[in-house]
Amino acid sequence: MEAKEIYDKLDRRFPGKVSDFRGDVLEPYFSVEPAAIVEVCGYLRDEPDLKFEVLSDLTALDLPKEDRIQVVYHLYSYTHRHQAVLKVNLPRAASRVSTVESVWKAANWFEREVFDLFGVVFEGHSDLRRILLPEDWVGFPLRKDYVEQEEYDGISTERAPLVEKLLR
Amino acid sequence: MNETHLDTQDIFRTEDMTISMGPQHPSTHGVLRFIVKTDGEVMREAVPDVGYLHRSIEKIGEKVTWHGFVPYTDRADYLAAMFANQGFCMAAEKLGHVEVTRRGEFCRVIACELNRIASHLISVGTFGQDIGAVTPFLHALRERESINDLMEQICGARLTYNYIRIGGVGYDITRATCDRIAAFLDHFEPIVDEYNRLLSYNKIFIERLAHVAPITLEDALQYNLVGPNLRACGLKWDIRRDIPYSVYPELEFDVPVGLGEKGTLGDCYDRYWVRVREMQESCKILRQCLKMLPDGPAIAKVPRRFKPPAGEVYVRVESARGDMGFYVVSDGSEYPYRVRIRTGSFTAMSIIEKISRGLMVADLIALIASLDVDAPEIDR
Repeated sequence: MEAKEIYDKLDRRFPGKVSDFRGDVLEPYFSVEPAAIVEVCGYLRDEPDLKFEVLSDLTALDLPKEDRIQVVYHLYSYTHRHQAVLKVNLPRAASRVSTVESVWKAANWFEREVFDLFGVVFEGHSDLRRILLPEDWVGFPLRKDYVEQEEYDGISTERAPLVEKLLR
Repeated sequence: MNETHLDTQDIFRTEDMTISMGPQHPSTHGVLRFIVKTDGEVMREAVPDVGYLHRSIEKIGEKVTWHGFVPYTDRADYLAAMFANQGFCMAAEKLGHVEVTRRGEFCRVIACELNRIASHLISVGTFGQDIGAVTPFLHALRERESINDLMEQICGARLTYNYIRIGGVGYDITRATCDRIAAFLDHFEPIVDEYNRLLSYNKIFIERLAHVAPITLEDALQYNLVGPNLRACGLKWDIRRDIPYSVYPELEFDVPVGLGEKGTLGDCYDRYWVRVREMQESCKILRQCLKMLPDGPAIAKVPRRFKPPAGEVYVRVESARGDMGFYVVSDGSEYPYRVRIRTGSFTAMSIIEKISRGLMVADLIALIASLDVDAPEIDR
């Protein structure tokens, strides 16, 4: 199914919950209301002619100029060989969205990674802890305004440039 | 009578034990840690703890130029670096509307398939070693060494290649190299049979792995397993065949799937056996490529200051560990706005918690080895 048809089908089923379809780009995408993400995803997985069995990827995009964080869902259907790109726009200061763990288990770790690196809170998540960074790390590195802490556990995060070291 | 019964219950009741396995355990293939809750030899569950090898490759991607990021992609998965090179370059090419030269595409496929064989050799070799067979490991590494030599001849590096560039490949493959690859294939194809006699058809090996840790297709889809792990569950799905890229549509090859011939569908043996057969398919692809290799330039003309127009793409390549996704966003500047690398090992690792419930501790080793997880690829 083409991206436009998928969008129209969703628009009929969930009026007002999906918006901003962009079909003129390399990979068409559309936005979903944060409050409706779980039911939209459940519908996308279960509807026989959509059947998105897998969540290929779940990641985020920090857009400080527009003061929002986009959570990006890439879905794929092995049955129908089509893909869908969903975006959820959240304010940067209060980035919270429901987890889609109940739809695809793979979301568990993907969401933990987004929480770890972007600071997006997934409500209802069964195990929302940092995954790649240590538990006591400060800040969310993939945010554009991230400033690295000067030291971690007494170890400096700065290193003198190698060349200068050699010159000395 | 009743009382005695209660007593024995009490005597044999055991406390759950929590053990930390790793991060330096030899069978965890890199720096991984499992928090294993066991009741004797049987695990309640094994919770993976990852992140020891996090090098913030995605953040680095936002700080370096488009051309400059290619060598970093090598480090995402050092056992199969060529695929990460290709994935990122394909994403950049799609954003910048760059046409890859035809010879460049063939050079890419040759390099990638050699890399796939090398990566699978490590996988099946260490698999044997992890469960106690040391000799096959040495045989596999000997063959891999020849591939490393070939890679050195192709691009000057043995592990982190930086070979595939935006627009094509860095160095052309010469006639002499082609002859050497052909000679290697002549030597390698019979070796696979020898390897099968030594390990794959070995009764002890089969009995050790058949019926161990089977993964159902539903679970595989729920957890988004990809590549050989997904195919072992019986789904015939290969990005090279089903979402074709590069020159794969012109090449003939089979997609091996798990059949459950020795045990249950999707068990450890199936995952192992899919990889062995994939090596043979890669040999087939290589032979065709060597025959079809066209003349012409190996790389297209791409500006040094590469600035693709604003936009975003999600590109998939079939890496040795399955579907590797590159979500790359450009804002029209010299630097990528966001580079996201989705790897097969990451999702494969997340399924271990579920599959490990009720497994023996010794089978956890077989499970990790059969999923072919690669720590740097999980942590990036």
